[in-house]
Parts: sequence; C-alpha cells; structure tokens
Amino acid sequence: MALAPLAHAPEAHAKAAPANAVAPRFGLPTSAGKVDSDSLRGHVVLVDFWASWCGPCRQSFPWLAAMHDRYAAKGLVIVAVNLDKDRARAGEFLEDYRVPFTVAFDPAGKTAEAFQVKAMPTSIIVDRSGAIVMTHAGFDAKKTDAMEAALEEACSK
Amino acid sequence: MLEVTRLPARRVLAAALLAVLAALSSSCAATAVKPWDRDLLAQPRMQFVPSKLQYAIDRHIYFSKEGSTGGMELGGGGCGCN
Repeated sequence: MALAPLAHAPEAHAKAAPANAVAPRFGLPTSAGKVDSDSLRGHVVLVDFWASWCGPCRQSFPWLAAMHDRYAAKGLVIVAVNLDKDRARAGEFLEDYRVPFTVAFDPAGKTAEAFQVKAMPTSIIVDRSGAIVMTHAGFDAKKTDAMEAALEEACSK
Repeated sequence: MLEVTRLPARRVLAAALLAVLAALSSSCAATAVKPWDRDLLAQPRMQFVPSKLQYAIDRHIYFSKEGSTGGMELGGGGCGCN
C-alpha cells in the first residue's frame, strides 16, 4: 500500500504551468508593504522565483535590473519572489545588487507551488490579460534573447 | 431481524480507523523535495556525514582495531593477509 503512490510520483513532476494558462493569483509581503496580482492586472508581469543560495539567481539579478530599466516605462512590472526560509539571507543577497524592481517574500513557497516551479530560478511572463506567455527555468546570461523577445512582444500588445 | 444485520459499532469504528490509517500511510512516501526546500537540505547539519575528517579518523581507528584492512571500500577483510 505504501508503494502504490510511487507509481503516481511522476505526475508530480508534470510540466510547468503551460503557456496561455491563467496565472495563479498571489498576494505577498514586500520590503515596502504588499504586492497583489490583482492590482498588477493591465501590466506585463515578470514573476521571478529566486533564493540566496542559488547561483544562477545571483547571475540573473543584473539582467532583471536591465529589463526593468528597458521595459518598465512600457508597462513591465518585475516581481522577484524570494523563497529563502530565512529572510536575513535574502537581505544579505539584496545588499549586493541594484534592485529597482519589487522583491516579495514567500518563505513557505506557496506561490512557487501555485506557479508549479520546477527549478531555481524560474521566470514567468504574464501578459496584460493575466495569461502566462512564457515560463523559463534556470538562467544563462548568454541565452536571454528569447526571454527579452517575449517581454518585448508582451509589452507591445 | 434488524438487530442481526446491523454491524457492531466497535467493528465500524475499527474499519474507519483502518481506512484513515491507510489514507495517511499512502501519501507520506511520495513527497518529492521542492526546489525551494533545497537550501535547508544542503545545510551542513543536514548531511549524513557532518564532518568528513572526523569520519575518516573514526573509520581508520575502527578498521585498524578490527584488523579489517580496506574497510568498507575494498573487497576482502578480516584476515589481515593482503
């Protein structure tokens, strides 16, 4: 009986949230107050899940800041959701970078669960209507073209 | 007649308890580690061998006292004849 669920385990590793799916709603605390998915409707939202112990996340922060600089005026809002259990570690990480975008805190990982995050970091682009346009797992500074193209397209709509 | 077909309350309770136990035990084996939980699992206090140097010393003393040259890593052992 205890073995039976193992046969179902691969279902838990099913694909990340498919494109064109409606993005899950969320409300999370930030360093400045609170961020709410409902209040972001009408914006293009880049939800980025990260943690202080994750190396590629460290590489992605300058890129996120660059994307903010380039597209914020065109309607992009970046919400970087921190998944550290210990918020102090996130604070140490954030001291190393210029962070012009919103950082939210989700130590329990509820939002990551809702977005079906499979790797760290994971970036999800949500368009103005609230649909998921693109889900990208991992970060490679040399392979950001597809992400930026998707951002540009979502912002132009 | 009704009295005969009705199940005793204790038996019903036992069956219900068994069902609850089965439901509980079936879901506990299949929890995968979430990507965001890895920070805790990677911490030194979560390692199977917290101190590699201490572990090597302990093994060295154990195997030299037992006379089992090669210890866990090599074939043969105990006779001290290799």
